[in-house]
Amino acid sequence: MSLAAGIARRAGRRALSSVPALFGVIVFTFLLMRVLPGDPAVFFASGPNAGQAEIQMIREQMGLDKPIPQQLLLYLKDIATGNLGRSMNTGQPVVTDLINRLPASLELTFTALLFALSLALPLGILAALKPNSLIDHGVRFLCSLGVCVPTFVSGLLLIYAFYYILGIAPDPTGRLDVFAAQPPVVTGFILIDAALAGEWESWRAAASQLVLPAATMALFVLAPLARMTRAAMLAVMTSDFVRTGEALGLSRRRVVLVYALRNALLPVITIMGIVFSTMLGANVLVEKVFSWPGVASYALDALLTSDYAPVQGFVLLMAFIFVLVNLTIDVLYGLADPRVSIE
Amino acid sequence: MTAPLLTIDDLKVTFSTRNGLVEALKGVSLSLDAGETLGIVGESGSGKSVTAFSVMQLLDRAGRITNGRITFRGQDITRASRAMLQPLRGAAMSMIFQNPRAALNPIRTVGLQIADVLRAHEPLSAKEARARALKLLEAVLIRDPEERLDAYPHELSGGMCQRVMIAMAIACEPALLIADEPTTGLDVTTQKTVMDLLAEITARRGMAMILITHDLGLAAQYCQRVAVMEQGLVVEQAVPASLFGAPRHPYTKRLVAASPTRHSTVDSLVVDAGEPAQAAPRVSPRRPAEPLLSVSNLVKTFDNGFRGVDDVSFDLAPGESLGLVGESGSGKSTISRLVCRLVDHSAGTIGFDGEDIGKVTSRDFYRSRFRKDIQIVFQDHGDSLNPRFSAFDCIADPLKLLAGVQDGRELRRQVEDCARRVGLPAEFLDRFPHQLSGGQKARVGIARAIAAKPRLLVLDEPTAALDVSVQAVILHLLDRLRRETGLAYLFVSHDLNVVRMMCERTIVLQKGRIVEQGPSGALFTDPASDYARELIAAIPHFDPEAATARHREAATAG
Repeated sequence: MSLAAGIARRAGRRALSSVPALFGVIVFTFLLMRVLPGDPAVFFASGPNAGQAEIQMIREQMGLDKPIPQQLLLYLKDIATGNLGRSMNTGQPVVTDLINRLPASLELTFTALLFALSLALPLGILAALKPNSLIDHGVRFLCSLGVCVPTFVSGLLLIYAFYYILGIAPDPTGRLDVFAAQPPVVTGFILIDAALAGEWESWRAAASQLVLPAATMALFVLAPLARMTRAAMLAVMTSDFVRTGEALGLSRRRVVLVYALRNALLPVITIMGIVFSTMLGANVLVEKVFSWPGVASYALDALLTSDYAPVQGFVLLMAFIFVLVNLTIDVLYGLADPRVSIE
Repeated sequence: MTAPLLTIDDLKVTFSTRNGLVEALKGVSLSLDAGETLGIVGESGSGKSVTAFSVMQLLDRAGRITNGRITFRGQDITRASRAMLQPLRGAAMSMIFQNPRAALNPIRTVGLQIADVLRAHEPLSAKEARARALKLLEAVLIRDPEERLDAYPHELSGGMCQRVMIAMAIACEPALLIADEPTTGLDVTTQKTVMDLLAEITARRGMAMILITHDLGLAAQYCQRVAVMEQGLVVEQAVPASLFGAPRHPYTKRLVAASPTRHSTVDSLVVDAGEPAQAAPRVSPRRPAEPLLSVSNLVKTFDNGFRGVDDVSFDLAPGESLGLVGESGSGKSTISRLVCRLVDHSAGTIGFDGEDIGKVTSRDFYRSRFRKDIQIVFQDHGDSLNPRFSAFDCIADPLKLLAGVQDGRELRRQVEDCARRVGLPAEFLDRFPHQLSGGQKARVGIARAIAAKPRLLVLDEPTAALDVSVQAVILHLLDRLRRETGLAYLFVSHDLNVVRMMCERTIVLQKGRIVEQGPSGALFTDPASDYARELIAAIPHFDPEAATARHREAATAG
């Protein structure tokens, strides 16, 4: 009861304190988009020989003729009313585009995080239990590999191996095989939607599409997770309470998993939040390589065509997600460590 | 004759360190009968903990048993495998540690931790284990045991945590309990209740106990036999009365002399106190009209509304030494920090030399002309020295900042002079803190504090982290410095014997308030308040004279 209240209070305070940061992000992206080279009005004019009048008209339509402060105010008002503008590329409201595409990115990122954790935790623990052993060096090698090979290279390598040579992976084109039936959209997460509709054929198709991009992402974030797990485990294994567990005859399993690991997970939780936010936004290359219809590739396309609104919408979305992830991490932390809810 | 419960025979342990192999135990032999209580005393590095950890097979990776045998109940456990040890640990022999809060898992309730131990050795359901854990908490006299079962270690006091630890250690009725400095860091009154509890439990359940401690008084009071260790060897072992009454080994003699008792004086602590301290006779503190420090109605309220210091007033004359004693949370350290102007007070005045220095905020006090007059010596000599400053830099810093010494040669001369006065050889000045021993770091800390020639020195538990023999030397040094320079001391300590020796007057604090004050001698022999009486009674002591008398009695009777 008091624990939940403590966590809620912390989360509330954290949410409040992130409001100025969010405002800063809004202003920053607004200004950034105004100083980037290229005039969208020219770009969106009907053709290279469009007249000055036509460009002027588009400009007025987009509000680009007004002074910058006024543009900012208009922008803030739009955000407050949930209007993020319209994408020039797709012709859709940005909000609709983001809502359509966000589940794809989230599904990919969650799966990748799951892959990464299920690999990083055991590896980190094994490495910590036998420091400087063969296993430790092996894990270190794998982590270095994951970090220094760019995701587009590892992604292409995986495609080459599993699709081109072995032929066990489906062609890397989007979330679902063109021949598989699209399940009715409920959450936007195809795996969940397919499971809800009981369409296991589609589920399997979607899952097999997901494996390679998720593995590519997971490989990239394996290093921070595994190394942090190792470091935290090493520190915890020499702590007094682990020694107590040993001295009182607890089984090795219990000492490692209940006494050491649960304590070692605390810093890993923090890293997990950072890793998640990074994957969601920064792994645009993975989305590109696998033609994944996610928000990051959407934002990149928009950026390349000087399409302001989607980029602003994307940055804003990322900022919101970052705040949300931090809140989640806070709550998780509060649950995992009874000490933090007491200030 | 029955075989002893535990025998250690010619045990040698080496640690591999960066500087090669270090032999921590050089052939230790000990034995312990069932139900017996053995004390192992010695200073840090003597190998007493290593001995205990060897028995429990808890040596860390770097340590290795190279020779000898450890036999427990006739079974050789010197190089026992994990499979062989696991049923023994916790069930037949268990251990409690120093720093009880760290020894408990911070994110698991104490009830579950006790249950973990029970279920590791007995086939119990979670519910049965919980019921047994409740009984154990009752056995270690924890109030509201039902509620405490679901408490986390950070919600309990240090003494409570140690009781929980004891409950865990005795959960499966082991035949041997090893207590490694179980009460170090606890208040004297808590120490007494915890030790009484341990003694009572071991006696009632017929458990043998090894008590490892640096406190001779504790060993004398609670052990049937005491072994003295020095540098990896047992140098002497005997019953406490003869050991402390008539020590034979020179090291034991030194240790016994260095341990403050109710009769010892600063001079009696050090067996061979190089220079005669009497050279400069103590200036009897005439009470001048004007006190150097005059604190009145001092209050410190913390952010959470807790009154750490509550309406405290006292005076300190120039050249006088005033002791502040009390348990943790009594506000003694807070007062020392308030007087040093490191922390801002909430109400009251701090008069120094007739001026209210409390008016200057702690943030600005470094600019005050009184900064140089009030200096502090901290408890943790390791942590209070900048690790990137050599001893020279540490001492030179206040000289440069407060005394304005800029000239390089003059600076060196003054630093060397300071070092000489605290007995720090000049060749140590270029060393960094990690290259100095505890006693040497203490000397640097004192030299730094006296460098700017202050008039008031605040000493916050200056010897709490030191071994008794080093403590004796440092106390001796502090006493000599005061006689030579006429410094006034505000001496904060939890060790009442130390305060009695060092201070002319003593203030006893409880919960931020003064409960008693007066001349040290009278206060310690005839305390007026119940609290002071309780504090003094809780000091574990071995009385060399009483011990000698008992020893003589035993000898004539035998």
